[in-house]
Amino acid sequence: MTTATRVPAVEGWFTMDFDRPALIGQRCGTCGTYTFPATAFACPNPDCDGSELDRVELSRTGTVWSYTDARYQPPPPYVVPGDEHEPFAIAAVELAGEGLVVMGQVVPGVSVDDLAVGDEVELVLDTLFVEGDTEHVVWKWRPTGRSA
Amino acid sequence: MATDWTLGMTTTVVLGVGMHPWGKWGRNFVEYGVHAAREALRDAGIGWRDVQFVSGADTVRNGYPGYVAGATFARALGWTGARVASSYAACASGATAMEAARTRILAGLCDVALVVGADTTPKGFLAPSSGDRPDDPDWLRFRLLGATNPTYFALAARRRMDLHGATEVDFARVKVKNARHGLANPNARYAKAVTEDEVLASPMVADPLRLLEICATSDGGAAVVLASADFARRHTTRAVRVAAISTVTPTYPNTIIELPDFATDSSAASPPPERSFKQSITDGAYAEAGVGPEDLSLAEVYDLSSALELDWYEDIGLCKPGEAERLLNDGDTTIGGRVPVNPSGGLACFGEAVPAQAIAQVCEVTWQLRGQATGRQVEGATVGVTANQGLFGHGSSVLLVR
Repeated sequence: MTTATRVPAVEGWFTMDFDRPALIGQRCGTCGTYTFPATAFACPNPDCDGSELDRVELSRTGTVWSYTDARYQPPPPYVVPGDEHEPFAIAAVELAGEGLVVMGQVVPGVSVDDLAVGDEVELVLDTLFVEGDTEHVVWKWRPTGRSA
Repeated sequence: MATDWTLGMTTTVVLGVGMHPWGKWGRNFVEYGVHAAREALRDAGIGWRDVQFVSGADTVRNGYPGYVAGATFARALGWTGARVASSYAACASGATAMEAARTRILAGLCDVALVVGADTTPKGFLAPSSGDRPDDPDWLRFRLLGATNPTYFALAARRRMDLHGATEVDFARVKVKNARHGLANPNARYAKAVTEDEVLASPMVADPLRLLEICATSDGGAAVVLASADFARRHTTRAVRVAAISTVTPTYPNTIIELPDFATDSSAASPPPERSFKQSITDGAYAEAGVGPEDLSLAEVYDLSSALELDWYEDIGLCKPGEAERLLNDGDTTIGGRVPVNPSGGLACFGEAVPAQAIAQVCEVTWQLRGQATGRQVEGATVGVTANQGLFGHGSSVLLVR
C-alpha cells in the first residue's frame, strides 16, 4: 500500500501499531469488568458504582465464538474497498481474559469454509477502504492455524 | 365458552383487532395504519369517538410523522381531543405501545385505548438513516464491519449448528412449515408453498442462511383496541384477556452478541445470569400471568430467520436447549401438533413491518383464541403467547387467554 496517509476508520477503538495492534477497551478500577468499545460513561455492572474506567489494551488473540459471511454488498455507510464487492467473512471472537465476545471482519482470503467455532484468531490491522490519498484502517481477525 | 372475569380490575381486554395486508405497496404508512385502526374499531363494535387514548408505535423511516405516530394516526382519523403517546422500541415498539395503553387503563385513567403501528419500508437490507454518525453503533456496524441484520441472525444460526448439531435441512424445514401455515392467511404477503429443495437452492446470503430463510422488509399496518374489564363487560361476550405484557430488558452481563452491538457485556467480574435475555422475555409474561409454557395452545415468535425460530422454541420453554430440531421434525410445532408455532405463517410469510409486527402477532393470537383463524385454526386454543426482541435490549411478549 503506497497511500500517503493511514487513518483509523474510527477514533480510539484500536492502537495504530501495525505489528502488534490491540483493541482499546475500558476496565473498571472498582469491579474489574471490561467494555468494548471504550465508550462507557460509568461502570455498566449494576452492582458497581465505579466511575474510574481505565483505558486498556485487550487480548490480541481469542477464539471464534461464531462466524458468517457477507455474500451481498452491504448498504451504505459501508464502502466497498475495491471495484466490486467481494464476499468477506465476519467472526465473533471470545476474549477469555476479558469475558467479552468482539465482532470483526476476517482478513481477505479466508472464507467460512476455513473457519470453525473454537479456532484461534489474532488481531491485525487492514484496509477498510481508500478515499483519495487516505487509507481508512480497521481491525480484522486472522486465523493462527491453532484451535482451542 | 363463558368468559372468566375473575381477574377483575387487573384485567384488560382485547376488544378488537385489525390489519392492513402486508406487501410492498409503496404507499404512505399512515394509510395502512388508518385502515388497520378502522378494522379494529369495527371488530370491537365501537366508534372512533369512544377511544380515549391513542398509542402509536413509531417508524423511523418515514420522517417526522413516523416519530409521532400516535398523533399522526389520531389526526388522520380526525382529532377528538383523545390523549396520545408514541413509542419506539425497534421491533418491540408494538408491545411497548400496547403496554402504555394497558397501564393507562389499569391506572383507571381511561377505559378504551387504540394501539396502532404501520410502516412503509425501502427495498433490500434495512440500513441506517443517512448522514455520518460515528457515535451511533447502528451506523458504525455497517461502516466498520459491513454487518447487516442477517449477519447477526447467521451468527446465531452457526452457533446453533455448532452447539446442537442443527443442520441446513432443519432450518429449511422451518420455512417449509411456516409457508404452509400462511397459505390461507389473507393478510400474509407471501402465500406460496415452498419445498425443502427450493429453500436449499435459494442463494446464500449470510452463511448458513439463505434468501428464503431470511425475513423480508414489508409494508403493513396493525391495530388493537384495548378496554377495561368494566367497559368490555358491557360491549362483548367473546373477550380475549391480556394476561401479561413483558417488556423486560437484559440482565448484566448479557453474553450473547446482539444486533447491532460490536461486543457483548463482559463476564470478567460477574457471571452471566442463569436465564438469558431471550429466555427472560417470556419468563416475565409467564410469571405475571401465572401460567407456564405447558399451558400454551400456540405461540407467535419472531422468525427473523428460520434458525431463530428454533432458538425461540427453547427460549419460550417449549423444550430444553438442543431439543428444538426434534420438536420441529416430530411435527409438534405444526398446526395439528402439540403446540403450533407461527400458525399465521410468521415473518416467513409476512416479512417485517417493524412497528406493526408485534401488534400483528397479537391480532393473530386473538383470532386463534376466538376460533376465527380460517384455514389455519389451532383447534380449541385457549392460551397464546407472542415473543419478540427489539434492538438495544427491548423484550416483547404478550400473553393472551380466553
